[in-house]
Amino acid sequence: MAHSIIDLLFVAPAAVLLTRLLSKALELPQRLPRWNQALNYIWVPAVLLYFLTALFKLSIPLLGDYYWLLVLLVWLAVLLKVRYYRPARMVLFGLVPFVLYKVLELVLEDPRGKMPKIYDDFMDTSQGFVIIWVVAFLLIARGQKKQLEKERLVREEEERAKRLIEAQNAELERLVAERTVALTHQAEELRGALAELRAAQAQLVQSEKMASLGELTAGIAHEIQNPLNFVNNFADVSVEMLSELREEQNRAQRDPELEAELLDDIAQNLQKIHHHGQRAASIVKGMLEHSRASTGDRQPTDLNRLADEYLRLAYQGLRAKDKSFNATLNTDFAPNLPLIAAVGPDLGRVLLNLFSNAFYAVRQRQLRGEAGYAPTVAVHTHQAGDQVEVRIRDNGMGIPETVRQKIFQPFFTTKPSGEGTGLGLSLSYDIVTQGHAGTLTVDSQEGKYTEFLIRLPINQAG
Amino acid sequence: MQILVVDDETDVKDLFQQRFRREIRSGELSFSFAFSGEEALTFLRAHHSEVLIILSDINMPGMSGLELLGHVKEEFEMPPTTMMMITAYGDDESYKKAMSLGANDFLTKPVDFAVLKDKLLHLLP
Repeated sequence: MAHSIIDLLFVAPAAVLLTRLLSKALELPQRLPRWNQALNYIWVPAVLLYFLTALFKLSIPLLGDYYWLLVLLVWLAVLLKVRYYRPARMVLFGLVPFVLYKVLELVLEDPRGKMPKIYDDFMDTSQGFVIIWVVAFLLIARGQKKQLEKERLVREEEERAKRLIEAQNAELERLVAERTVALTHQAEELRGALAELRAAQAQLVQSEKMASLGELTAGIAHEIQNPLNFVNNFADVSVEMLSELREEQNRAQRDPELEAELLDDIAQNLQKIHHHGQRAASIVKGMLEHSRASTGDRQPTDLNRLADEYLRLAYQGLRAKDKSFNATLNTDFAPNLPLIAAVGPDLGRVLLNLFSNAFYAVRQRQLRGEAGYAPTVAVHTHQAGDQVEVRIRDNGMGIPETVRQKIFQPFFTTKPSGEGTGLGLSLSYDIVTQGHAGTLTVDSQEGKYTEFLIRLPINQAG
Repeated sequence: MQILVVDDETDVKDLFQQRFRREIRSGELSFSFAFSGEEALTFLRAHHSEVLIILSDINMPGMSGLELLGHVKEEFEMPPTTMMMITAYGDDESYKKAMSLGANDFLTKPVDFAVLKDKLLHLLP
C-alpha cells in the first residue's frame, strides 16, 4: 500500500506538470478553453484515489499506474480533439504506441506489478522502442510547432502589414473625403464668385455704355446748344417782329413794304425754328437709342448713314473735351450699299468706339508735334460679294504687334487709368461677331496707321 | 461800327440781321459774316482797317475760334480789334484760354441778345 501511495504521490505532480506542458505546447487555452480548465483538475482523481484507498484501507499496488493510464487516455482524448493541429497530431501518433504499451503492461503484469519472466525481454525492448518513438514524434511535433510558429509570425507580419495598409487606406480615404468636401466647397465658392463676376460684368457692360454715353454727351451738349440757340433767338425775334408789325398796322401811315418784309421774316423764322427743333430732337433720339439696353431688334440699317452719323458724333465728342483738336474726316461711302438687318444702336456703339479710338490715336500722334502731320480719320464702305465692309482707318500711332493680340480682350486698355474701361473693343467684337455673325479685324503699322475692318453678311442668318 | 461775325452755322447771319435790324437800319452797326476761321482771316486781310469788333464761335471745323483769335492778335495790331468769343461750352478752361489769348469778352450759347446788344452799344464811340 505504501508503495502504491508513494507511486501516486510521484505520478500526480508529474501528470500535472506534463499536462501543463502539453497544454502550453498545444495552446489549449485558445483551442479548447473548457477542456483546458478541466485539465487543471487532473490532480483531482489522484487525490480522490488516495483518499478512497486511505478510507477503505485498500491495497492496490498499481494505483499509480492506473492513474497514469487515466491521464494518458485523457491526453489522447484531448489530442484527438485538436488533431487538426499538426503538432498535436504528431504527439498523438507518438503517444498511441506508448499508451498501448502501458495497457499491455498492465494487462500482462500480475496484481503486484511484477512482469512475468516470459514477457520481460519483449516488454523491455518494446519499452525502449516506444520511448524512442515518443521522443522522435515529440521532436517532430516541436519542429512542426516551430515551423508553424514561424509561419504564424510571417502571417501575423503580413496581417500587420495588411492592417497598416488598411489603416493607410482608411486614412487616405478620409483625406480624399476631406479634400472632396473642401473641393466641393471651393467649387461652390467659385460658382458663387462666377455668378458675382457675371453680374459685375453685366454692370460693367452697362457702365461702358454709360461711359460712351458720357463721351457722347459732351458732343451732344454742343450739338444741342446750337439748335437751341436758334430756336430761342428766332422765337424771341419773331415776337419782337410781330409787335413791330402790330405797331405798323396801327399807324396812320402804313408802310406795306416793311409789313411784307416783316411777315416774310416771321414766316422764315418759324421755318428755322422748326428746322432747328427737329435737329435737336434727332440728336436726343440718337442719344436715347445709344443708352437704351439693346432690344436686339433688327431693322434694315443703312451703314453709310450710321457711319456718317457716328463719325461726326465721335468727332464732336472728342472736340468737346479737347477744343484745340482738329482732324480731317474722309468719307468714302459706296453708293447703293444694300441695307442690312442689324441692331442699329449696337452697331452704332461699335462704330462710335472705333471712331473714338481712331481720333484718340491721331490726337496722341498730333501731340507729339511731328512737323506737317495732318490727323486724318477715314471711313470707307464697300460691298464685297454677299458681305458689306466698313473700314475705319486712322493715321495715328498704330498698334504694336504685342498689343494687337490683346486689344479684343475684356479690360485690356492702353489708355491711362480712369480713361478707358478696356471694354470698348471687347464689346464691339461681341456685337459684330456674336450679334451680327460678322468679323472684326485689325491691321496696323506702328507709327503709320491702324485700320479696323468690319465685315457683315448682307443676309443675316436668324 | 463794323462787326464781323464768325460761325460755321449759316443761320447765324439771319439771326443777327433780324436781331439787330433796327441798328442796321439806322446805320449804327454794320455786320459782315464769315462761316469759318479761314474765311474770317481772308476777310480781315481785305478789310483790315474797317472791322472793329469780331464775334467768333470757338468750336468750328478747321480753324477754331481760339486759333483765329491767336492769328488776329498776331497779325492785326492796328486798329485795336475787340474780340468777343461765343461758345456752347461755358467752361472755365475755354474762358481762361480765350482770355489769355487776348479776347475782350466771352459769351455762352444760347446767346442773350439783350446782353450782347448792351455790350456792343457800350463799345460805340
